Amino acid sequence: MPKIQLDNLVKRYGDFEVLHGINLEMEENEFTVFVGPSGCGKSTTLRMIAGLETVSGGEIYIDGKPVSGLEPKARDLAMVFQDYALYPHMDVAQNMSFALRLQKAPKSEINAKVKDVAKMLGLTDFLHRKPGELSGGQRQRVAMGRALTRDSSTFLFDEPLSNLDAKLRGQMRAELALMRQQVQKNMIYVTHDQIEAMTLADRIVVMHGGYIQQQGTPAELYKRPVNKFVAGFLGSPPMNFLDAELADVDGKLVVKGSGFQIALPKECAHSLPAAAKGPVTMGIRPADLTYAPDASDDQSFHLQVVVSEYIGAQSVLICDCAGQKVEVELKSDTPIALGEQLRFEVNTDAIHLFDRETEAAL
Amino acid sequence: MSAVARANRLTPYMFLAPATVVLVFALLYPIGYMVYASFLDWSPSQRIGEADFIGLRNYANLLTDAAFLESFWVTIKFAAVVVTLEMIIGVGLALLLDRNIRGLSLLRTIFILPMMIAPIVVGLMWRYMYHPTVGIFNRTIKNLGFEQGIPWLSDSTWSFIAVVIADVWQWTPFIFILALAAMQSLPRSALEAAEIDGANEWQKIVLIKIPLMMPVLIVTLLLRLIDAFKVLEVIMVLTNGGPGLSTEIVALRIFRTAQEFQELGEAAAMSNLLLIMLMALTIGMFMYTKIQEARTARMLKAAQAEDE
Ligand SMILES: Nc1ncnc2c1ncn2[C@@H]1O[C@H](COP(=O)(O)OP(=O)(O)OP(=O)(O)O)[C@@H](O)[C@H]1O
Ligand SMILES: [Mg+2]
Repeated sequence: MPKIQLDNLVKRYGDFEVLHGINLEMEENEFTVFVGPSGCGKSTTLRMIAGLETVSGGEIYIDGKPVSGLEPKARDLAMVFQDYALYPHMDVAQNMSFALRLQKAPKSEINAKVKDVAKMLGLTDFLHRKPGELSGGQRQRVAMGRALTRDSSTFLFDEPLSNLDAKLRGQMRAELALMRQQVQKNMIYVTHDQIEAMTLADRIVVMHGGYIQQQGTPAELYKRPVNKFVAGFLGSPPMNFLDAELADVDGKLVVKGSGFQIALPKECAHSLPAAAKGPVTMGIRPADLTYAPDASDDQSFHLQVVVSEYIGAQSVLICDCAGQKVEVELKSDTPIALGEQLRFEVNTDAIHLFDRETEAAL
Repeated sequence: MSAVARANRLTPYMFLAPATVVLVFALLYPIGYMVYASFLDWSPSQRIGEADFIGLRNYANLLTDAAFLESFWVTIKFAAVVVTLEMIIGVGLALLLDRNIRGLSLLRTIFILPMMIAPIVVGLMWRYMYHPTVGIFNRTIKNLGFEQGIPWLSDSTWSFIAVVIADVWQWTPFIFILALAAMQSLPRSALEAAEIDGANEWQKIVLIKIPLMMPVLIVTLLLRLIDAFKVLEVIMVLTNGGPGLSTEIVALRIFRTAQEFQELGEAAAMSNLLLIMLMALTIGMFMYTKIQEARTARMLKAAQAEDE
């Protein structure tokens, strides 16, 4: 039995439908990550699970029982709010211990718990400050701490690390990963951060415009995106998309566009439906293009470097391929000049093809 | 220093000048006049220059004047009782009605009505309602089968209750409106967080709503307290201080001292004592808001420093 199940969940604000029937099953102790562009309904879904928003259609089941009629407190959840939602009149320690104090837990237990969590979140020095006396990142950690002191079976996190600096975010991510190894909990986590999604998730759910586009393990979504949206959303730098055509040339299946003609591997040719021939969108990740001056023509792109973005050991080159933009990654110490023509070999197993019209993967 | 620089230095004072003039004539002159008058033995038939200067005698007399002390006590009792009741009922109603019910704005308008009626009219209205035989209360009591009506305005305990009821009726809406506004501007998300943390309705009220509304509630309380100490017209019309001195509040005592006993100096002294009390309350209120502001400012500064 799934721990949490969303059955055709619909949310409307007046006439405006925000979620159009979400179906999702989350297993016991699974770490589920929701990703998607701003406004796609992630927070709304989370808040409905929490019981803060009414259900306009469909049902939510927790442990097999319908809960849409239940108050939030009857659902045994802890939540980190996107806007923190701290209690302004309580100091950090009181914020973090509020739920435990309501449950009348023994003082010593409360203090120990608060101390533990504060230490993990680097809040020990701030325990006696009010939220108004904290910076944005500190407040966010308090919001996190308030959830983590709870002993709930399910944790809902709405972008809990969005306001932290890169270093702190990395630390927190590691703490979270560690925590979920130690305590088995159900976690639902909303984020815009690719790395958080990829590293933490058992299951990633990609949402767009109030629909679930795809769900699966990080590797599944990365390797076999079901459509162009998912392919473009996961991975950084994002996948390149090129207008191309699928055709037979000399008995070999090739994908060709202006400035390139690449032969597809045999397995690929077998798995593609015959009707797929014709205009397609070709997708290739920057990481699947390698600088190879001697590569053969039917395995490589000929690209002109337009911009080079230095990001450390790697640089991202924004190149031009007969009018279409292609990004590639390259070791920063490779001597190249802007405007130069370079050859990049394609990992042909990693080519994605999408229907030009429906954008579904072929 | 050049002429221009000098002119620039004087400019701020020039802007202050009109306000200062108004302040002196509108505030300081009457108050000064009243302070001076309180040192005189002055009857309305005399011009102020003809009155005898008697120093602090008026004040000394007041402190031993049983009737005045009684009126002071009645005022304190009245203010304490009405403000307590109004706060409890006003905030309570606001808590009950703090939700998106239809017709709330109509309800709000109806609630404000008592505040907008002139106090004299309120007094007259209640006087008819309290009428021993034809008033609505006693008629209802009779209709319910009781022999005896309530001696609303003729018994010293009941008359105090009667003026309290009238005042509560008129001023509870003031607190209700302010409390409701404060409540509707509370951070919704903190209340949602409390729900998630397992708080029930009562805990949300006691642990989140009331503490967050405290600054507004304290200012409201002080405003009402200041006002309650100055109450006059409703009581004058309803009971005129009686029976006996049971509802004679200070303002009424002052009025009668000047009007009936023709002791302008003594009335002025009483006014000054009342003024001092009200000033203490007002200063208390300003200090409270100042402290609140300073605290907010300090918080903001600390937060900005951390953000670096
Ligand atoms: N109270 C409301 N009334 C009307 N529309 C709303 C309301 N709350 C949210 N919406 C709409 O619902 C949609 C989904 O909002 P939601 O907050 O779930 O987005 P999100 O995926 O969490 O975005 P973000 O990543 O920016 O937080 C948005 O288009 C938003 O405008
Ligand atoms: Mg959101």
